[in-house]
Amino acid sequence: MSANAQNLPAQFPLPVTPSRSGNPGAKIAPASIGRPAQPGVSKVGLSDICLSYRTQRGERLLALDHINLQVKAGEFLCIVGPSGCGKSTLLHLIAGLHNQTSGQVLIDGKPVAGPGTDRIMIFQEHGLFPWLSVAENVGFGMKMKGIARAEREERVRYYLRLVHLGKFEKSYIHQLSGGMRQRVAIARALATEPDVLLMDEPFAALDAQTRDLLHDELERIWSETGRTIIFVTHNVREAIRLGDRIVLLTFRPGRVKRNFAVELPRPRHLEDPNVAQVAGEILADLREEINRSLEAEYNEGVKPKIDPNANEESRA
Amino acid sequence: MKRALRFVIFYACLFGLWVLLAELKIWPPYLFPTPWGVWEELYGGFKDHTYWIAIAVSMKRVLIGYSISVLLGMILGLGVSSSRFLEETLGGLLVSLQSLPSICWWPLALLWFGLSQNAILFVVVMGSLLSVTLAMDDGRKQMPKIFGQAGRNLGAKGFKLFWYVLLPASLPFIVSGLKQGWAFAWRSLIAAEMLYLSLGLGQVLMMARDFSNMSAVVAVMILIIALGYIVDGVIFRSMERHLQNKWGLTSAT
Repeated sequence: MSANAQNLPAQFPLPVTPSRSGNPGAKIAPASIGRPAQPGVSKVGLSDICLSYRTQRGERLLALDHINLQVKAGEFLCIVGPSGCGKSTLLHLIAGLHNQTSGQVLIDGKPVAGPGTDRIMIFQEHGLFPWLSVAENVGFGMKMKGIARAEREERVRYYLRLVHLGKFEKSYIHQLSGGMRQRVAIARALATEPDVLLMDEPFAALDAQTRDLLHDELERIWSETGRTIIFVTHNVREAIRLGDRIVLLTFRPGRVKRNFAVELPRPRHLEDPNVAQVAGEILADLREEINRSLEAEYNEGVKPKIDPNANEESRA
Repeated sequence: MKRALRFVIFYACLFGLWVLLAELKIWPPYLFPTPWGVWEELYGGFKDHTYWIAIAVSMKRVLIGYSISVLLGMILGLGVSSSRFLEETLGGLLVSLQSLPSICWWPLALLWFGLSQNAILFVVVMGSLLSVTLAMDDGRKQMPKIFGQAGRNLGAKGFKLFWYVLLPASLPFIVSGLKQGWAFAWRSLIAAEMLYLSLGLGQVLMMARDFSNMSAVVAVMILIIALGYIVDGVIFRSMERHLQNKWGLTSAT
């Protein structure tokens, strides 16, 4: 990782000298490192998750079909699948932003309902609040929890330094580049000290160089903080670059098609021939699903939209 | 610079036209007041404090009435936007009520509240409440859903979710409705004041009419326009500019 730190592209604005070993805010250790998990119980468990919804034409459509998945504490799990397979929706279910039709989401073996700050989502469109400064955004979750201002400010500073945005506390979101916004979103998520980070194609809208950098940063943050990460992407190489394990979902209804353990040594690089080779294997499986999704799209003319926000108004 | 120049030229021409028509004496001065007559009225009115008192009374009323509207309108708008039942029932009623000029409430307001300030306030509230309600409803719908999701995800719920997330997130979308509500409140107030001995600007205008003093009528009209414009230009413009800066929306001016 340190090799990457020296090869930063010049145009990328890094406010803090990229010395990643010396951590200026190390005195405040993230609370949940080494939080005792019951042995044998997974951090996140999905048991028989089904989700069906009604399309605009009034038909019932099964989006997720008996998803069973166990994620260990500290694991980096990537979920890949063609668009429309329900991978984002699955993440919304785990976050508690949407309710499954049947089945359970378990955290440390206990079923959860509704959102909780033990599981924080990072959205593709970052979802940062434009009316708040960077620091206020990062401190938002703590403010909701009622944490005192002094501690909040200290932790905001710590997490902003962690994502190398220490000098941007007072900036507003629109003043930042796309990559910086995602780093703020990561800091905001980490600041509530969640056990699980749910990342919904967070880097899909970024250019390749920025994405490379954020892969490095995310890997470093993950190894420094020991969080469990569930990362949804349609990019197989990105999944192999980051994940301990990759779960492939089928196209409509979404089922777990295959589990791949990625045993390549870290840090991995997107151009690494080993990455390409593993990607080839997974892509062969994925291709079949993508073809099915394209076929469905051509046949129907219109792709039925999975709308995880269908009940948003009544639940807000 | 160019903009200021256009501004000056336009108003100079307008004023020139007024002077010209007044000097030609096509109509007698009691039908077409001269600029000097209006100026004298303005000067005299401020000097003997009539206008100062009228402005203070009217501003106080519109502030009270508008505040009530904003508060009630936000609650109503929130209700309408979060319940399909309310949207289909109350929402439709509110839209149809919007075609009713608020001064039509005056006869009922008189019966309900008596010949008092409260009757005026009622008309002001009825004038601006609908705009604020519909703006709030619309703002909640236009607001990107992701803000609500992110807020709930970070542990905000109930009132905190509304106050810290939904309200600020929808503010850029409701500010124009708030502005419209202000304009309606101001118009309703003047209309109601014209019908009742009220000390406000509306009554000063009617008194001028009763004395057939058209210069004074025009003077008060100018005051009403100026006050409405100042509130709009100072308070709402700066609010919009503030929001645009924070959100990074490109300003139209």
